[in-house]
Amino acid sequence: MYFIFFVIIILLKVFKADFLIFLEAGGIKGLPHDDTLLYVQELKAYYKTPNGLVKAVDNVSFTVRRNEIFGIAGESGCGKSTLAMAILRLLKPPGFINGGKVLFKGKNLLKLSPKELREIRWKSLSYIPQSSMNALNPVLRIKDQFIDMFKEHGIKKEEKEYEEMIKELLINVGLAPEVMNMYPHELSGGMRQRTIIAMAIALRPELIIADEPTTALDVVIQRGIIQLLSEIRRKYNIAIILITHDMAVHAELADRIGIMYAGKIVEIGSTYEIFKKPLHPYTDALINSIPILGVKKTLKGIKGLPPDLKNPPPGCRFHPRCPMAMEICKLQEPPLISINNRKVACFLYR
Amino acid sequence: MIEVRNLTKVFTSGFLKKTRIVAVDNVSFKLYDKAPTILTLAGESGSGKTTIAKLILGFIKPTKGEVLYKGKNIWKMSNAEWKEYRKNVQAVFQDPYSSFNPLKKIDDVLWTPIKKFKITQSKDEALELINKSLEAVGLRPNEVLGKYPHELSGGQRQRLMLARAFLIKPSLIVADEPVSMIDASLRANILNLMLDLKRKLGVSFIYITHDLSTAHYVSDQIIILYRGSIMEMGAADKVIYSPKHPYTKILIESIPVPDPSRRWRKKIVIPETRLEQIKSSGCKFYNRCPVKTAKCITPPPLIKIEENHWVACHRYS
Repeated sequence: MYFIFFVIIILLKVFKADFLIFLEAGGIKGLPHDDTLLYVQELKAYYKTPNGLVKAVDNVSFTVRRNEIFGIAGESGCGKSTLAMAILRLLKPPGFINGGKVLFKGKNLLKLSPKELREIRWKSLSYIPQSSMNALNPVLRIKDQFIDMFKEHGIKKEEKEYEEMIKELLINVGLAPEVMNMYPHELSGGMRQRTIIAMAIALRPELIIADEPTTALDVVIQRGIIQLLSEIRRKYNIAIILITHDMAVHAELADRIGIMYAGKIVEIGSTYEIFKKPLHPYTDALINSIPILGVKKTLKGIKGLPPDLKNPPPGCRFHPRCPMAMEICKLQEPPLISINNRKVACFLYR
Repeated sequence: MIEVRNLTKVFTSGFLKKTRIVAVDNVSFKLYDKAPTILTLAGESGSGKTTIAKLILGFIKPTKGEVLYKGKNIWKMSNAEWKEYRKNVQAVFQDPYSSFNPLKKIDDVLWTPIKKFKITQSKDEALELINKSLEAVGLRPNEVLGKYPHELSGGQRQRLMLARAFLIKPSLIVADEPVSMIDASLRANILNLMLDLKRKLGVSFIYITHDLSTAHYVSDQIIILYRGSIMEMGAADKVIYSPKHPYTKILIESIPVPDPSRRWRKKIVIPETRLEQIKSSGCKFYNRCPVKTAKCITPPPLIKIEENHWVACHRYS
């Protein structure tokens, strides 16, 4: 009896890879899914510049399910932050949205009035900005910044009750309650980041968009923030769109990942598939260019430079740097097609 | 080649210089010239790694201690020796943009050292050398020559600094976070370029970084710094595979691994401390250390625990 049990465990260990893929696949079947929280459809966000139109986000589509961490990866200038701004409708001129839909629980965010939008922000959809160092108001105590946000959303209470709420939030993100009486400059980078996270979860949103939440923090502090994001997702049933260039952070946190290159999504898959069996040559090259601590292997970079988005190459935008490029790649743009619950935009998989 | 002996740098500020910040605290290490070596100074922000680089390059004067190049204190060198030092020890900086004069063309960056150090005899020879060094770092000469710094990407500017260093053929390059602003795909190329320069031209590096993954990839020796002091030092493999100092251990455990099948299993909590809470005496890591004892209120000496491996922790004394 014990022997059989033992064999099963060994088998599971040996076939862990495939077993995990099997599990992931079980959850994906047939999109759009019932538990779809956000559906971004053919979104286009451009910048007007004197030298022409920069297509920073060009025809991007993806879905985010309830309670999942969806990673968006890509290198600087690939349009990942613009994508976040466009979804949140925080894109400022010269940037503008040139079409597409952002359906959040079925409602198109791009069509909402400013008043409706204000109600959704913080309450159902909140944001952890890239430079959270500057996101706090420097002349207000932490407590007052929380109270402002509560008042804005019609939560009227006595000072004491507010303080109780803030205290609980601060403790939940691993901060001492005394932090509420401090000013932002009195906090370290990691403490400020935790404060922002406390504000982001204060009104129990269903989706948080986190733009480079761990970049510019020291590794030990970064680990704390990664653990915290994973905890709040579990505790409050929040979905997170995690935007970062750091593939190691995605490996640690994300359930699924979308890889962006030059304004386009080139591949979407479960984190496991993206790292272990990448389909797109860009994903493959990206994975092979990151050093793993303790694993001595020769890193392969990618030849050439990312394209200028004012004047992207015709066909597939990756073809000038792609080791597998074919004739067709120079002429036609590959569509994002589905293969076994994954998506890839590459002619190798026609 | 380079020896740093009891190096200390204190920055003072405020009225009557009352605020003292000890950026580098009694740091000693050697870089031998027997074989080309890549030595990494690794640490978080505030560890003093950039200050050490500036001290080695002679940009700032140490409060105490000395920097010796081939046995000579760099602050006691004659003009000729100093010029020789500046030729043999080159710098590559974190933000390549601020190291260029924005009003001058790229060509200028490459011509100045040629003229200053009289590297070539003729103009043709100089042009050939420029082309060769640009190609060595993976830049096409016709793509960068004649342009202004703002017309190049961050990665191109960073390579240009390496091309400049290559052209002078120094024996040592001090590189302060040369890849931290560069994307992963280009970063791999620059790290490989550093290894190439070491193997083919015998250039040594002092590589300054916060990123232990890239440090392990390129270096032979690693020094772990914390708040201005050396915590652990030794052969790269020894420090990474069998770290001894509690700080090094936590640092290595905190680096996320780009492999979803190796996610963290347990949660670790390390208290954060702000600069002003650091006690000046005793072990610098005292406040955050999970295994501190009563002994740790006195400063631990740097002890040799095995061949080419030193650690500053009372647990090994």
